[in-house]
Amino acid sequence: MEIKSSGSASKAFAVFLKDLKSELRTRYAINAILMFALVTVFAISWAIGGAGLSEILQASLLWVVIYFSSLSGLSQSFVKEEESKTALALRLYCPASAVLGGKMIFNLILLSVLNLLTIPLFGIFIGLDIHNFPLFIIIIILGSLGIVATTTLAAAIISKASIKGALFAVLSFPLILPLMMMAISGTKKALIPESVISLARMEIQVLVSYVVVMTVLGFILFDSIWND
Amino acid sequence: MKISLIIRGLAKSYPGRLVFKDINATVEDGKVLAVTGPNGSGKTTLLRIICGFIRPSRGNAILAMNGKELRGIEIRPYIGLVSPDLVLYDELTALENLYFFGDIAGLRFGKTDLENRLALVGLEKRGNDIVSSYSSGMKQRLKYCLALLRNPGLLLLDEPTSNLDDQGKALAAEIIKSHEGILVIATNEKSELDYGDQIIRLGK
Repeated sequence: MEIKSSGSASKAFAVFLKDLKSELRTRYAINAILMFALVTVFAISWAIGGAGLSEILQASLLWVVIYFSSLSGLSQSFVKEEESKTALALRLYCPASAVLGGKMIFNLILLSVLNLLTIPLFGIFIGLDIHNFPLFIIIIILGSLGIVATTTLAAAIISKASIKGALFAVLSFPLILPLMMMAISGTKKALIPESVISLARMEIQVLVSYVVVMTVLGFILFDSIWND
Repeated sequence: MKISLIIRGLAKSYPGRLVFKDINATVEDGKVLAVTGPNGSGKTTLLRIICGFIRPSRGNAILAMNGKELRGIEIRPYIGLVSPDLVLYDELTALENLYFFGDIAGLRFGKTDLENRLALVGLEKRGNDIVSSYSSGMKQRLKYCLALLRNPGLLLLDEPTSNLDDQGKALAAEIIKSHEGILVIATNEKSELDYGDQIIRLGK
């Protein structure tokens, strides 16, 4: 046995790898997320019946699909630890910051998989006329980072509660609302013809600030949430 | 490294229910503290307070290491725990579990090293099996393997022989006898109470 570098980053990566391995074997979260996304996209497609949607409606519906699909799966990383009673061992051996970091990386990968499936499907079945692809990608990445930072922390808070599902949605929604407004507005600007990135400067600034604030806040608060 | 566990005026109560109060003990290096009492008397709660998993209502549990006092979550890196409440990852193999917990504890093990450790608890042929395929006795053996992974100064055993067969009980006895450092055993088995240099009787 030898003592390894005890950096939080390497421990967070170990937590991420463990979660990834567990997920690949159990499909605990990915199935829930992907099924929800598929059903929602097809339901919206069926409801609008091929009618053309304005940019704001396209952007709003896209983020509704991404957000609600992510709600069905992103809480699982913490909920599963509590439900399967493995959280105690994790608490005993792993520093809180590494647990949060690992769970955030895992949720980001999960949300990226969701986006890679949802966005093309949304484009095919509902319609997504992207005119500024770089801006669209920037907004999707920042929006996803914000969702992950917020929902991972919310998942840690609700994981010990008895009514996890309802509480997760109730707790996450007000926190996510400013992010959703900016993400929808930024996405709409990527959909309008002849748009340029500078047109969405305010949205990008707010989204970057949101991600930084929620991530820093998460690491400050998580120690108390995890250990108490 | 000189280590001692100091429990001072410890009390725990939940709304409307006092679990225990006025628990005092000082356990020096190499000594065994046994905790006993009827179901619901707070044995597991006492162990959880020592680990820093829950806060006491009054008093404190301190681990003194070479004169430096550690309490709450500061104690955790020096703890090994075997408890019915501690569950390993069912979907991972025994070796993957040990690698993972070694990684997050900041320790690096070679495969042979971990296989040797599994052999010590009689699991050498099952290291690559997922834990969900283990019997409850084998899971208990794996918990011993994990608890000893970082050579803890403070080893806490809650119901140490739970689910173990005769061979497993002999293994647990061997670990208890050979442990260097402080040992805390929560049990109702009279034979296990005999290991205690001190005994705390809860629920009197």
